[in-house]
Amino acid sequence: MTDLLLEMKDIHIEGRSDRQWKPIIKGVDLTLNRGEILGLIGESGAGKSTLGLAAMGYTKGGCRISGGSIHFDGQDLVGASNEALRQLRGARIAYVAQSAAAAFNPAYRLIDQYCEAPVKHGVMSRAEAQSDAVQLYRKIRLPNPEDIGFRYPHQVSGGQLQRAMTAMAMACRPDLIIFDEPTTALDVTTQIEVLAAIRGIVREYNTAAIYITHDLAVVAQMADKIKVLLRGEEVEESSARDMLANPQQDYTKSLWAVRDFRRAPPAARHLDEGPLLEIRDMTAGYGAVDILKGINLTITRGTTVAVVGESGSGKSTMARVVMGLLPPSGGSLHHNGAALPKSGKQRPRDLQRHIQMIHQMADTALNPKHRIKDIIGRPLEFFLGLKGRAKDVRIRELLTLIELDPDEFINRMPSELSGGQKQRVCIARALAAEPDFIICDEVTSALDQLVAEGILRLLDRLQREMDLTYMFITHDIATVRSIADEVVVMQNGVIVEQGPKETIFSPPHAPYTELLLSSVPEMDPDWLTGLLKERGAVVTSEEPL
Amino acid sequence: MYNLSHHLKDAPVSAWIGIVIVLFYAVLALGAPFLAPFAESASVGKQYMPWTSPHYLGTDALGRDVLSRLIYGARNTVGIALVTTILAFTLGATFGLLAATIGGWFDAISSRVVDVLMAIPPLIFALLILTITGTSVIALILVIAILDSTRVFRLSRAVAQGILTMDYIEVARMRGEGMFWLIRKEVLPNAAAPLIAEFGLRFCFVFLFISALSFLGLGIQPPTADWGGMVRESAKLISFANFATFQTATFGLAPLLPAGAIALLTIGVNLVVDWVLHMSSGLKD
Repeated sequence: MTDLLLEMKDIHIEGRSDRQWKPIIKGVDLTLNRGEILGLIGESGAGKSTLGLAAMGYTKGGCRISGGSIHFDGQDLVGASNEALRQLRGARIAYVAQSAAAAFNPAYRLIDQYCEAPVKHGVMSRAEAQSDAVQLYRKIRLPNPEDIGFRYPHQVSGGQLQRAMTAMAMACRPDLIIFDEPTTALDVTTQIEVLAAIRGIVREYNTAAIYITHDLAVVAQMADKIKVLLRGEEVEESSARDMLANPQQDYTKSLWAVRDFRRAPPAARHLDEGPLLEIRDMTAGYGAVDILKGINLTITRGTTVAVVGESGSGKSTMARVVMGLLPPSGGSLHHNGAALPKSGKQRPRDLQRHIQMIHQMADTALNPKHRIKDIIGRPLEFFLGLKGRAKDVRIRELLTLIELDPDEFINRMPSELSGGQKQRVCIARALAAEPDFIICDEVTSALDQLVAEGILRLLDRLQREMDLTYMFITHDIATVRSIADEVVVMQNGVIVEQGPKETIFSPPHAPYTELLLSSVPEMDPDWLTGLLKERGAVVTSEEPL
Repeated sequence: MYNLSHHLKDAPVSAWIGIVIVLFYAVLALGAPFLAPFAESASVGKQYMPWTSPHYLGTDALGRDVLSRLIYGARNTVGIALVTTILAFTLGATFGLLAATIGGWFDAISSRVVDVLMAIPPLIFALLILTITGTSVIALILVIAILDSTRVFRLSRAVAQGILTMDYIEVARMRGEGMFWLIRKEVLPNAAAPLIAEFGLRFCFVFLFISALSFLGLGIQPPTADWGGMVRESAKLISFANFATFQTATFGLAPLLPAGAIALLTIGVNLVVDWVLHMSSGLKD
């Protein structure tokens, strides 16, 4: 286990923007032994993926390796010819991308894509590769391993695709696999199965791996050692257990600290005033298919209701119905005791003003051609009739409220903001309408943990100061733990369980809540092993197709 | 304004060549009466005079000065092409954006109408209509504008549909914004870049289309100078070209002058369009 497989020394990588080379990786060393798994963590823009790809001697378009050396099994990759690199890639070093759905070619069957690499590299004949594929599919616990390869990528689920991709990376039995956030796009319940599959197969073939992620709890399950990156530089590296138990650097400690954010109970719960929003017996869907089936939900003023569930459970559909974007097919909505018209178009402007929504992707929720002052100014003008000087003053107040300096930001374009700043602007836009109810649709899931925590703290502060009520849609249980008063668990369009956070999070749980809660990775490196042992049959059981 | 000068400074050489060519044509078109040495359609000399002073590019079959007619041709051909393209864009983009935003029956009807118009080969369709209406400049502009607006319709509809799926549109809809605000403030600024690029390309096509129609005798009518018509009038000379001396050679080169004018402008506009396209794709990040 001690023989050296990959050695990267003093790596410098530059990317080209605005006609000049800017450093992305600034002198990082990386060594990896055979059969060892290295976890590479850091926030977005830290250079994790760039460094991971460099281990294959590859850089993305517009980037170049400007210094340092990369030796893979004694072979120099920096100076190697494209032909030599081609011999290595796919055969001895493989790559598993973040989104398997985007990385598979939709026009070919899974098994065709599986066979491509071993046949091209002359490792196996087509027939051998096919039978090998079936074997690996079975090992990685895909349902119907004999047949699943003959499906097209769109015919299998996201979790299955990600496993098929891992199997494909294994096809030539490489010495090294680079996993680039393979479970980030998956639900927690699916993530478990993929993690278990990856870990199992990598251990079985004694393959070394670089596992790139921003989720500490995930990396804790997978890695032997962990390297933390920040803005292209290494912060620290140590064995996974040491890192978790005893982080040395302040930055690493701050990454760990995120998990500790707990919101104090709300100052004032207006239990006596009657519900702010009531959903009664609601059904809604697209076309003839009902996504929501009989939802009953009461939201008290001044509280945060977290709606959790995996994708497809109807969380976002519910938000669209409340916003009036999707008229429900049955049931009724009440705001402050008064019935809300089903379609947003029929709602009076003043009623529409009271209910605001913050989207998941701040990138697409801000018009890239509008300045910040126009984005925040428009609801002020539209709902409150503010103009000129009064509008300008209010925009500045709102920017101060969301902790952005008005002088610096008021004239910027969205492209000149970071992800967290964009989300703050979205919050300011919602606040501009002076609402009493805000739907937050996965507002932190596209953000790094530190930034996400900042947003959560901001939302919490605003709630106290402005007496807001939140409906917080999320699939992240950690977020729910930190901010929710009430929790609603949804599955397949129905509410499985609802109640105060304390009740939901303490046993006994409804079976689905149990599955959801136990699937959330914990920082304990033995968590996955323990869970798999405990569940035994659950994970090996085949996913329904 | 700052942005424009900023971009101009960063423009590549090819874009500068394009800009210079386009500006040169614009000056010719605007200043034709002052720049041209002779009148547009007056017989000022003998038939087919060689390239010597005062007729630097010789005379044509009716003894008109070729240089003067080339300069006036810029005004006529380019002017009409420009008006036609602007009209085609106003029409096509308006309906395209409306169809994407309103959707439903409006989209269905306007898209089918466009499909029908596009199903007929444009040259044959234009010939047919112009034969019926007669070959006035107004008829020419309207027919080509309507034919070309179908292409603009398809592009602007597709671009707008992409933009309309963005969350910021949903935010605006949730706010209860009206349709015109939605189109003008949310969709149009984001659709501008591809539409501008298409404008340049479309202008070239219209310009070539008019020249083609003129060549066939259904475009701009003589004695108005027009490059397409000039090519047609002098096309047969090419077979009498004799390259023994410079004087006889210029005779055979006569049709190449208006053809070259068309080609050069097309290249110039495309160079500028390439640059605008590149810029707009770069700005997306």
